[in-house]
Amino acid sequence: MPDQATLNELEQTARSLRVEILKMLNLAKSGHTGGSLSAIDILTVLYFHKMRHDPGRPEWEDRDRFILSKGHAAPALYACLAQAGYFPREDLKGLRRLGSHLQGHPDMKKTPGVEVCTGSLGQGLSQAVGLALAARLSGRHSRVYCLLGDGEVQEGQIWEATMAAAHYRLDNLCVLLDWNGLQIDGDVDKVMNVAPLGPKFLAYNWQVLEVDGHDIAAIVRALDEAEKAEGRPTMIVARTVKGKGVPFFEHKASYHGVPPSDDELTQALEHLGHS
Amino acid sequence: MIATRDAYGQTLVELGRENEKVVVLDADLSGSTKTSLFAREFPQRFFNAGIAEANMVGMAAGLAAGGMLPFASTFAVFAAGRAFEQIRQSLAYPGLNVKIVATHGGITVGEDGGSHQSVEDLAIMRSLPNMTVLCPADGPETAAAIRAIAEYDGPVYVRLGRAKVPVVFPEGCDFRIGKGAVLRQGKDLSFITTGLMTAQALQAAEILAEEKIDARVVHLGSIKPLDVDLVLQTARGTGAIVTAEEHSVIGGLGGAVCEALAEGCPTPVERVGLRDVFGQSGTADDLLAHYGLTPAHLVEAAERVLQRK
Repeated sequence: MPDQATLNELEQTARSLRVEILKMLNLAKSGHTGGSLSAIDILTVLYFHKMRHDPGRPEWEDRDRFILSKGHAAPALYACLAQAGYFPREDLKGLRRLGSHLQGHPDMKKTPGVEVCTGSLGQGLSQAVGLALAARLSGRHSRVYCLLGDGEVQEGQIWEATMAAAHYRLDNLCVLLDWNGLQIDGDVDKVMNVAPLGPKFLAYNWQVLEVDGHDIAAIVRALDEAEKAEGRPTMIVARTVKGKGVPFFEHKASYHGVPPSDDELTQALEHLGHS
Repeated sequence: MIATRDAYGQTLVELGRENEKVVVLDADLSGSTKTSLFAREFPQRFFNAGIAEANMVGMAAGLAAGGMLPFASTFAVFAAGRAFEQIRQSLAYPGLNVKIVATHGGITVGEDGGSHQSVEDLAIMRSLPNMTVLCPADGPETAAAIRAIAEYDGPVYVRLGRAKVPVVFPEGCDFRIGKGAVLRQGKDLSFITTGLMTAQALQAAEILAEEKIDARVVHLGSIKPLDVDLVLQTARGTGAIVTAEEHSVIGGLGGAVCEALAEGCPTPVERVGLRDVFGQSGTADDLLAHYGLTPAHLVEAAERVLQRK
């Protein structure tokens, strides 16, 4: 477990990444704000604490892999990759613009550090399973991390992949579920209820951990615990808040696919102590 | 006579011995697709996805992203149909090095009926950017094609058949992606064919020869990229073309050839194939006869196109 200073630093990093996310979405004038903010604490712990990766060598074979299956949270991923040094922070200004390497949804062929193409929901977990199998076949010790959305698990392919990950006993696979409770059309439990989530994955023979997805220390502990799994994959069900960190975005489905306006950006940055 | 799926299964085993990066996935049809031969020899490198084609394709994408060389097989209806969006998003869009080798293409699936007879897979797969689409004529060409795609870096869709088909290529023949082959010279008209229809066209050319009609037979094992130079040269050389495929006349070989001709050398064409209909149960031979895919039907199409020349 890291010391308090490290945890504080991770929290500070997450806060500055929230600022980056809001700024790039405001500039792009389109994109997904709520789900980027709900996922950023998890991504912060992965990219700046847990994962073995080297921005200087994006093709390093033994690196840990991260798959953003909920690809619409691309701004959160891009903020992390820029902060880590995969590409200049300046590039974030090009988000969603013609010619930019930062596509609306993650593209492995365009963006350094992006492992696969995602954005069509339900497909990232299958690819994560394939990557975990490849790591095992190659004798690599690299681990595969994958972040799912809660609405995303309405896709049937998620459950095909869930079955396969347990069948192949992929203990090098750790999946996190960003359970923010909202999807485009409203509350997840009203659109198509996915609860209970933990018991579903338990029934599929996964190790299941439940955490507050905005508690950095809890995320760290869960990821540490996942590494101890033997013979089964780990699902970390993370309770999150859509739009977390900006009070007037929080818990609002209407900010799923809407960027902050100039005024909203100014207010949001004030809330985050950044002006 | 050998089924193209049998040649595939045998070639996969050879590739598995030569290259430890080769991995194979199937969706509970390994006995039919013949990937079971690979599974028996290399159980550690064989992944049965169960009856879950979408996940199979996604796993194949992940394996390719992780440095492996995956071949994924199921029936053509399930590969190109059910897993279409996974092939689009997870394979074709990133251009990942995954080979989808679909067996049981076309109506010669036979008794299982129209639900299992893919008449649209070539059209679907051909429309995807980055995708290469192959449809070999026989066993030897299948073996050569499978070896060729193992050397090629990118997504490929190969359509194979269930039924035993006549051999038209020699063992050890060459296969080059994007290249066709002239199997019989002729000056009056040309058959441009793919898959098992090539053997039918060779027979049709024999019948036409008895009527003093000199038919050329051009086989296109590569539907995409299309050998446009060869298609145009064929049109200029004979001035009349009959395309033939065990597939809908919409969007497959006939469609591709007509697109090339419309832009490069407008020429009378008769398209032989399924006339925008699904198949049904029956024996393979009965179905070929019912849907107009026999040498006799090709002769009739040749006579029609000659009247338009």
